[in-house]
Amino acid sequence: MSVILTTTLVIAAVGIIVGAGLVYTSKKFYVEVDAREAAVREKLPGNNCGACGFAGCDALAAAIAKEDAPVTACPVGGAPVAAAIGEIMGVTAGNVERKVAFVACKGSCEVTRNQGNYVGITDCRAAALSGVNVTECDYGCLGFGSCNAVCPQDAIRVVNGVAVVNRNRCVGCGLCVKTCPRGLIQLVPESKHVAVQCSNHDRGPLVKKVCSAGCIGCSLCVKQCEFGAMEFANNLARVNPEACTQCGKCAEKCPAKVITGLRPLA
Amino acid sequence: MSSNSLILIIVGGALINNVVLNQFLGICSFLGVSKQMKASASLGAAVIFVITIASAVASLLYDYVLAPLGLDFMKTIIFILVIAALVQIVEMFLKKTSPAVYRSLGIYLPLITTNCAVLGVALTNVQNGYNFIECVLSGFGTAVGYTIAIVLLAGIRSRMNEKDIPAPLRGAPIVMISAALMSIAFMGFGGLSF
Repeated sequence: MSVILTTTLVIAAVGIIVGAGLVYTSKKFYVEVDAREAAVREKLPGNNCGACGFAGCDALAAAIAKEDAPVTACPVGGAPVAAAIGEIMGVTAGNVERKVAFVACKGSCEVTRNQGNYVGITDCRAAALSGVNVTECDYGCLGFGSCNAVCPQDAIRVVNGVAVVNRNRCVGCGLCVKTCPRGLIQLVPESKHVAVQCSNHDRGPLVKKVCSAGCIGCSLCVKQCEFGAMEFANNLARVNPEACTQCGKCAEKCPAKVITGLRPLA
Repeated sequence: MSSNSLILIIVGGALINNVVLNQFLGICSFLGVSKQMKASASLGAAVIFVITIASAVASLLYDYVLAPLGLDFMKTIIFILVIAALVQIVEMFLKKTSPAVYRSLGIYLPLITTNCAVLGVALTNVQNGYNFIECVLSGFGTAVGYTIAIVLLAGIRSRMNEKDIPAPLRGAPIVMISAALMSIAFMGFGGLSF
């Protein structure tokens, strides 16, 4: 009987001492937490993709609460998240358009070929470093899908030898942009569909030799554009999404059909 | 107690009786947090910190409370109670006094509260009849052994990321196989036993 009693008493005593210790420490070492930080963190998507430039959503929430970062800092959440955070922080968020990734290459298996025989890690960056001419086009998509490997949303996939973005799933975090060793991917505003789907800087005949869908640098599109939205440099046309009105005249005129028109990209 | 045998306690805890690879304690976090070198090193640091403190407290508690009262059979439950509370207190203390340390160890501390390695060390110490200093050193040595094991596994896993592993073995299976091979390799330290 006395053993049961001592046991109970000792356990109870230890429990009470430990509990009192916890209460004392939690009061003594209480750290002020900004209530807004937790509220902002609630509204953030929680991908922890790092596209905002901070080390994850927690770090961004802390920075926003301290007013070190703008309420629009999260590129993934876009306008709705910015508005919700703005409400918490008591500022109105401007209009932030959602951005999506765009692959500036059309080099599928039908229009271009692989040249070298690369045997190694199935990773675009490794292949690019190896020095093997994997694709005939020196600028085109390598097709090993490193962009797919880093995509947190599975929004970019290699289809028929070229990376294709699923605009509905893409959150515009820009991880694929940083990953692509050939720099083929860029972020464009979601509403802009007109863009040049090629990155080859060679002259027309050379481009034609390696790919039947490449930009041949004829600059017809530049003459066609009434808004000065077409930029032309190093034998390659580029659409400036700021100035582009999406009229699609350039796409109609393009002899290589390398400018995507008004239809939404696949 | 000669200083020689104290060194033996540390080496024995770290290598010969490695807590993960020979005693199979703390496997959960060993497999779970060994994806990245940096995270596993932080966890290892947190484990060293917690186990050293926990074995010190457990030793005092056993020598001055449990043993005199003849409550030897209650040691497991008391140790669980005290270690869990201790880690919580340490966490709050760190959060207030050194936010930098808290940020690097913070998320791992609650994880370790319920780690069987921590409890295992405290119980083994008592079983071996160690005194206070021996308990602290044994705890420290064991935790260093844990850190060695998890950092090594993280290194192996980061290398394996670049390798073409047969599809059925990708992910958990190859990690298990690597851990098993490491365990066999660590058996070699058995030859060091004194």
